Amino acid sequence: MSTREKGGRFWLLAILALCLSAFVAVGCGSDSKDEASSTSASASSDSGDTIKVGILHSLSGTMAISEVSVRDSELLAIEEINKNGGVLGKQIEPVIEDGASDWPTFAEKAQKLISQDQVAATFGGWTSASRKAMLPVFEKNKALLYYPVQYEGLESSPYIFYTGATTNQQIIPALEYLQKEKGVKKLFLVGSDYVFPRTANKEIKAWAKANGMEVTGEEYAPLGSTEFSTIVNKVKASNSDAVFNTLNGDSNVAFFKQLDGAGLPSDKLPVVSVSIAEDEVRGIGADKVKGQIVAWNYYQTTPGAENEKFVKAYKAKYGKNRVTDDPIEAGYVGVKLWAAAVEKAGSTDPEKVKAASKGLTLDAPEGKVTVNGENQHITKTSRIGVINENGLIDTVWESDGPIEPDPYLKTYDWAKGLS
Amino acid sequence: MEALLEQLVVGLSIGSILLLVALGLTFTFGQMGVINMAHGEFIMAGAYTTYVLQELLGAENITAAFLLSLPIALVVAGLMGLLLEATLIKRLYGRPLDTLLVTWGVALILQQVARDVFGAQNVAVASPAWLDGGTELFGIDLPYNRLFIFALAMAVTVAAWVVVGKLKQGRRMRAVMQNRQLAAASGIGTASVDRRTFFLGSGLAGIAGVALTQLGSVGPALGTYYIIDAFLVVIVGGLGQLRGAVIAAFSLGIINSLSEYWTQASLAKVIVFVCIIVFLQFRPQGIFATESRGLA
Repeated sequence: MSTREKGGRFWLLAILALCLSAFVAVGCGSDSKDEASSTSASASSDSGDTIKVGILHSLSGTMAISEVSVRDSELLAIEEINKNGGVLGKQIEPVIEDGASDWPTFAEKAQKLISQDQVAATFGGWTSASRKAMLPVFEKNKALLYYPVQYEGLESSPYIFYTGATTNQQIIPALEYLQKEKGVKKLFLVGSDYVFPRTANKEIKAWAKANGMEVTGEEYAPLGSTEFSTIVNKVKASNSDAVFNTLNGDSNVAFFKQLDGAGLPSDKLPVVSVSIAEDEVRGIGADKVKGQIVAWNYYQTTPGAENEKFVKAYKAKYGKNRVTDDPIEAGYVGVKLWAAAVEKAGSTDPEKVKAASKGLTLDAPEGKVTVNGENQHITKTSRIGVINENGLIDTVWESDGPIEPDPYLKTYDWAKGLS
Repeated sequence: MEALLEQLVVGLSIGSILLLVALGLTFTFGQMGVINMAHGEFIMAGAYTTYVLQELLGAENITAAFLLSLPIALVVAGLMGLLLEATLIKRLYGRPLDTLLVTWGVALILQQVARDVFGAQNVAVASPAWLDGGTELFGIDLPYNRLFIFALAMAVTVAAWVVVGKLKQGRRMRAVMQNRQLAAASGIGTASVDRRTFFLGSGLAGIAGVALTQLGSVGPALGTYYIIDAFLVVIVGGLGQLRGAVIAAFSLGIINSLSEYWTQASLAKVIVFVCIIVFLQFRPQGIFATESRGLA
C-alpha cells in the first residue's frame, strides 16, 4: 500500500515538474517574440543609460482580447522613439507586467512597477474597474499613469493622463448624430453590467430627457454573457428606432448574432456601439456587424500622413492581418506624449512632466491633439463611423475640429447633479 | 400571452444549450464522480476544432467543415479526456478535492495553451448559410441556429441514452458506477470502463463546443462561461441521471428566461441560483436520486 502511494506521488510530482517546465518554456517563447522588450532588457540591465517605463495590461484572462494589441502599439511607440535616439539621450526600457484581467492584480503590479522597477511612467489599463483600482496607487506614490481607453468620465486624477475619449468627445456626439442625422426618437440601452455602461447610461438618460429623446428600455447583461434572446425580444417589443450598445468584449458577438437571427439587421434597427473597434470586429466577423454604427475618435481609415505611417509601421511589426483602432492609437499617443513632455521638461520627474504637459500638442494619427492642463485629458476629434464588409470603419460624420475634454460635463446644463 | 410563449421558447433554447454542455458531465461527474474542472476547456477544444477545420477547408466549404467538425471534435476532446484520465485522474480516484485542484490547474494550462496557439484575440467561426437568419411561427422568432442546437441536443441525448441504457458498454458503465468491487469481481475491467466513460464524457463536451461556435465567437475563456452552469445541471438533475439532467436543464432554462423577462439579465442569474439553493435544501440528492450503495 505505502509503496503504491509513493509511486503515485512520484508520478504526480514528475507531471507537475513537466507542467512547470512547459510553463517556463511558454513564458520564454512569448518573451522572445517581443523584440523590443528582450533586446532592451539585455542591453540595459546594468547601465544607467536607459529610462524604465511600465506597461501594465491584461495579457491573460478575459480582457487579454483587447489589451494585448494596446501593449503592442505602446511597444511600437517605444521602439520608434528609441530608434530616433530615445528621450533625453537615453533609451526607453519597457517593463511589461500582466494585470491578468483582475483588478486587485492591477493595483499590486502598479505598486511593483513604481517601487521595485522605479519606472518613470506607466502605460496601462483598459476597463474602468482596473483604472479605479490603480488610481489610489498612483496618487499615493505621486507616479504617472497613461490610460488609453475611452471611459465614462466624471474623473480627473492629477496623476493620470487620459488619452482616450471622455463622454463629451464620444457618447454625446453619437447621441446628437442619432437625433439629427438619423431622426431617432426612441432609444433602447443595452450594456454589460459594470461601472462604464451604468455610468454612461445615466448620462445618456439625462441627455435624452433634456433633448426630447425617449429611452424605451435599459438592459444589462453580466460580463461575458452570451445569452441575449430575452433582451432581443424586449428590444423588438419596444419598437425603438435605435439601440445604444455599451456591451463589452465577447458579449457583442452573441448580441449581434442574435439580433441578426431575430430579423433585425442594421438597416432595420441601427445599433450604435462605443466599445467595438476594428480589433473587436475581427473577432465578431464583419458580416454580422456590417452597416452598424460606431463612435470613436480614430479609425484605421482616418486620413493623414501621420496615420499612414502609423498603420504601416504597426502592420510591418505585427503582421499584415492586424488592424489598428482607437485604443491602440491612444496607447501609442500616450507614449509619444509622455516622451515629448519629458524632452520639454528635461527630466522624468512626474511633477515636471505634468507641468510640461500643459498645452502640449502632438501630431497624432488621429490628427492634432492638445493636452488639457487642467484635467489631463486630451482634445479629440469625434468621428462617427459605419462598419464596412472588410471589417474596417468608414467615417460618416466628423466634429468641426478637436473637442475640448470635459470629464465632469460642466458645460452642459442637463448634466447637473450627475457627478 | 404571446410574450409568455416567446419566453418559453427562449427557455427551451437556453435549456438545450445547458443540456448540451452538461451531458458530458453526467458521465464524468455524474457516473464516475470525477469533478473535472477542465470540462469547460474540452468544450473550448471542440470550438477551436471547428475553427481549425474551417481554416483548413476554406471559405467555400463552410458547411462541410461544420458538419465534419462534429465527429472530429468528439474525437479530439475525447482523446484529451483520455490523456487526462490516464495521466492524472486515474491516480486520484476517491480524492475529489485533489481532483478538483489538479483539473482546475489543467484547465488554466489549456487556456494559456489556446491563447499562445490561437492568439489572445477571439476568433470568428462563420455560420453555414443555412444556419443564418430564422423563421417565424405564430409570431415567435425561431432563429435557425437555435433550432439546430435544440435538434443537436436532442439527438446527442438520445444517443447517450442508447449507449447507457441499451448497449453492453453502458451496462458495464452502470455496473461499475453502482458497485465497483462487485463489478470487478464479476470480470469487468473497471479501468478500461473508466477510460471509455471518460472518453465519451469528454467527447460530448467537444460536440457542445462545436454548437457554441454558432452562438458567439471562440476564445480561450469560452469554457469558463459554461462550466458552472454545467455542474449545476448535473447536481440539480441528480448524479448520473440522464433524465434528471434533461429535466434540470430545461427547468433552469425556462426559469432563467421568464425571470429575465420580468426583471433583468443579471438579476435573473441570481433568481436561478436562489431557486437552486432552495431546491437543494429540500432535495440535496437532486431530482432523481441514484439508488446505489457504490457511492460513498
